[in-house]
Order: sequence, then structure tokens, then C-alpha cells
Amino acid sequence: MFEIVEAPIDPQAVEAAVRAPACGGIVSFSGVVRESADDGRAVSGLRYEAHAAMARASFAEIADEIRRTMPEVRLAIVHRIGELVVGEIAVVVAAAAPHRADAFAAARFAIDELKERAPIWKEERYRDGARLWIENRCGEMKP
Amino acid sequence: MPKVRVLAFARLRELLGESREVALAEGATLRDLWSSLLAAEPRLQGLESGMRFACNQRICADERTLCEGDEIALLPPFGGG
Repeated sequence: MFEIVEAPIDPQAVEAAVRAPACGGIVSFSGVVRESADDGRAVSGLRYEAHAAMARASFAEIADEIRRTMPEVRLAIVHRIGELVVGEIAVVVAAAAPHRADAFAAARFAIDELKERAPIWKEERYRDGARLWIENRCGEMKP
Repeated sequence: MPKVRVLAFARLRELLGESREVALAEGATLRDLWSSLLAAEPRLQGLESGMRFACNQRICADERTLCEGDEIALLPPFGGG
């Protein structure tokens, strides 16, 4: 399951897509709209847009790369676009594997790579009415 | 005169609109396309920093020659997740 959607994401549905009898562990990551920006400004919401076809292709490519080193991993990525308010889920990554180490590693790799490679854009909207397009800083991971 | 479809996103979309058709001289490259967009919309100046082109949904270098019917996406730095 590699999707760009406008409707709210159900993380359980994404998890269900990777569930399999051979997999003993599922790690699911949800990225959620936070109430404050990195500089502390109060955020009212985010607006996402994407080149949907290229974004889906980039998700599938990330999954292919993971399977080169962890062939049994099953991956799903769903990213939402449009206007989201604080607390809503923007992205869900689910990774299932026979054992937990690969499931954790795959989910971590997938969300990090998505930020670098998927043609998706985010505009922060602040409580004071201002707006700003936010760029992911490549190669740098936030804790 | 090849005609291409140009898709713009994020701050580039705000200036260019989501989609437009652009006619270029025979042999024109992506770099030439950007110059013609810049001539039409001077506020694009500076926004090429960090921008990438995709031709028919594949990222490509700006010396690529354009063909009739190509879909060219202008991709500012990504911000997903």
C-alpha cells in the first residue's frame, strides 16, 4: 500500500496492509501535526501538496531498497495532502517483518528516506495568520 | 516548436499555477524552459535554488532536451513527513 490521500488516515488500516502470518513484528510510525514550529511559533495547521504519481513511485522505490537487504519486510506508506489541523496524522509508515529488529529498522529507514526523496511539500500556517513553505533538511535527522 | 506541459508545486505553483503549456524552440533544454518562465514571471528569480526538474516523472538534469508532449515538473525542495 503506497498512497497519497486526501481523507484522514486510519493507522490500523495501514498496519493491516502489512500484516502476514510470517511476520512476528509490526512497527507503525505516525507523523502528527505539532502545535509549535521548530522556532517555537504557534502552529494552527499544515497544508501538504504532492506530485502524487511521483510520490507513490518514491514510496515503492524505498520499499524495493529495503527488500534488497531485508527481503522479508512488508512495507506500507500513506501520506495525506490538503489542510490538516494540529493533532491530525499526516503520514503513516508501517513495516512488518519476521522479527522486531528488521521491522524497527525498516520503518525508521522509510520515514527518513521519505523526507528526503518524496515530492511532497508542506506549508506551515501560524496562529498569527502567517504562512511558510518548510524544507526538509536533507541528511539531518531530528531526535 | 515542441510544446510541453509544466506542472509547478508549492511556492512555484503560487507564481505559475498548477499546470500550463509552454511552447519552446526546437532543441530547447530544461534550462531554456526555466529562462522562458523567468522572463514571463520575474518573481521566480532565486527560486531555482534547490529546485529539481522531473521529465515524465523522472528527476533529470537541466541540460535535457525537451520533446513534444513532455510532462515537466518543477520540484522545489521537499517538505514531506
